[in-house]
Amino acid sequence: MSEAVSAKKLPVAVSAVEWLGRGIIGMYAEWLYFVGFVRQVVVWTVRRPHRVGLLFTHMEFIGNQSLNIIIGAGVAVGAVFGLQIGAIFVVFRAESMMGAATGKALCQELAPLITAILITGRAGAAMTAEIATMKVNEQVDAMEAMATDPISYLVVPRVLASILIMPLLCSVFIFTGVLGSFLAGTLLFHVDEGLFVQKITTLVTSKDIWRGLSKAFVFAAIMAVICCRYGLRASGGAKGVGIATTNAVVVTLLAMLAVDVVLTYFQIMW
Amino acid sequence: MSMDVVEFKGVSKSFGKRRVLDRLDLHIPQGKITFILGKSGEGKSVTIKHIMGLLKPDAGQIIVDGEDIVGKTKEEFRQYRKKFGMLFQHAALFDSMTVGENVLFPLMEHHRTTMQTMLTRVEEVLAQVGLPNIQHKYPTELSTGEKKRVGLARALVTKPHIILYDEPTTGMDPLVSEMIDGLIVQMSKEEQELTSIVISHDLKAALQTADYIVFLYQGKVALAGTPAAFRAAKDPVVRQFFSGKVEGPMEFL
Repeated sequence: MSEAVSAKKLPVAVSAVEWLGRGIIGMYAEWLYFVGFVRQVVVWTVRRPHRVGLLFTHMEFIGNQSLNIIIGAGVAVGAVFGLQIGAIFVVFRAESMMGAATGKALCQELAPLITAILITGRAGAAMTAEIATMKVNEQVDAMEAMATDPISYLVVPRVLASILIMPLLCSVFIFTGVLGSFLAGTLLFHVDEGLFVQKITTLVTSKDIWRGLSKAFVFAAIMAVICCRYGLRASGGAKGVGIATTNAVVVTLLAMLAVDVVLTYFQIMW
Repeated sequence: MSMDVVEFKGVSKSFGKRRVLDRLDLHIPQGKITFILGKSGEGKSVTIKHIMGLLKPDAGQIIVDGEDIVGKTKEEFRQYRKKFGMLFQHAALFDSMTVGENVLFPLMEHHRTTMQTMLTRVEEVLAQVGLPNIQHKYPTELSTGEKKRVGLARALVTKPHIILYDEPTTGMDPLVSEMIDGLIVQMSKEEQELTSIVISHDLKAALQTADYIVFLYQGKVALAGTPAAFRAAKDPVVRQFFSGKVEGPMEFL
């Protein structure tokens, strides 16, 4: 009886091991592909042709067309953060510190992260959808058939545009965020305008700003590489484009959060 | 007897458990129009993608212009592909570009000449396919037949040595089909050295247009020869394909 039971259980155990093994091999293969992809991006960034026209087109798309969203979100986040923190500071009669606290939080964390999340939703998803559509409609094959490397034409200009534009958008976010906090502080908590600005200039250092901008730079590279990679690996028609876009956004956001933890650790500890 | 420009020696290719090419031996003569026929799923497009180096065989040799292309690196393939023009099944025009920009694309990428010379060549080749003065239009504004012709213009613009047509008349009305077939013959006559490789289901077009026909079945060449040889073929599978009947020895997946 027990032999019969173990004979029945054995295939389940074997299939579980097989499933696990396949998963690990699949993940390893995926990782190798991704490393190879990043290597190709670096190689084509250095190699000719340098597609300056395309670079500016993508910079305009990622930057100029996202500006309204960044300004709106910056003011809103700054004002909300100012309100939250102001409600606590008022207990200690430290409302004048609102600007400094908001500025520091915006520079180091909120601005790079929220900018990257917004740009991933707008430009990153568009990158994946556009490249994936080209892939499933054989346009990427056509490009290869015309002896043009899709990484050189489709990926590198988008990656470069992202890493050039994201820190600028992050700067705009910081500025508008502080402005939102200033409005909340001066209008709702009656903080003196001069004192508000003075605390910011005293306590928010250039180091804080560089920390944020360096994060924005890294997040931009993560977003562009992952979104383009998912686009180029899409298959299976309109459904494939949808799946690629969803996966690209989810993986990009998770990767950003994971890298953010590591970057923050090193920035605080070193 | 013309030389072979493309030669497959024992080429196999599988996708998952399905073997599409099974030790395929294939010869394509230089300077001729060769049609590759076969029912859907017999590996016609896979064959053409192997010639372009867009797919790598699991086994076998592919010799193009006397050199084995299987071991080429990515960079070598990039150089190698400059000798080809390809018309894709659905034209594969870049949606974000105008017709003019689409046709200009391969010239801009690889040809070091003045913009004026390139634009003149674009006009010339669009006129050649019967579509003058549409450079400013976008692919979405074109009919299927016009897209195909723009795709053909893009394939021809660099004056390639070998041109590949992936089902050029599929989904076309008879008049446009006739026009595309006429263009294939016209290009071949104008450029004596041009080798045209056409993948098609269109038996009538093959018999009228081809110099040489290859019929693929179960991943192998079932028959290869001139249109006359095909008309006289006794092979039951070829006869069934000719007759278009479902009943017969041909297996359907």
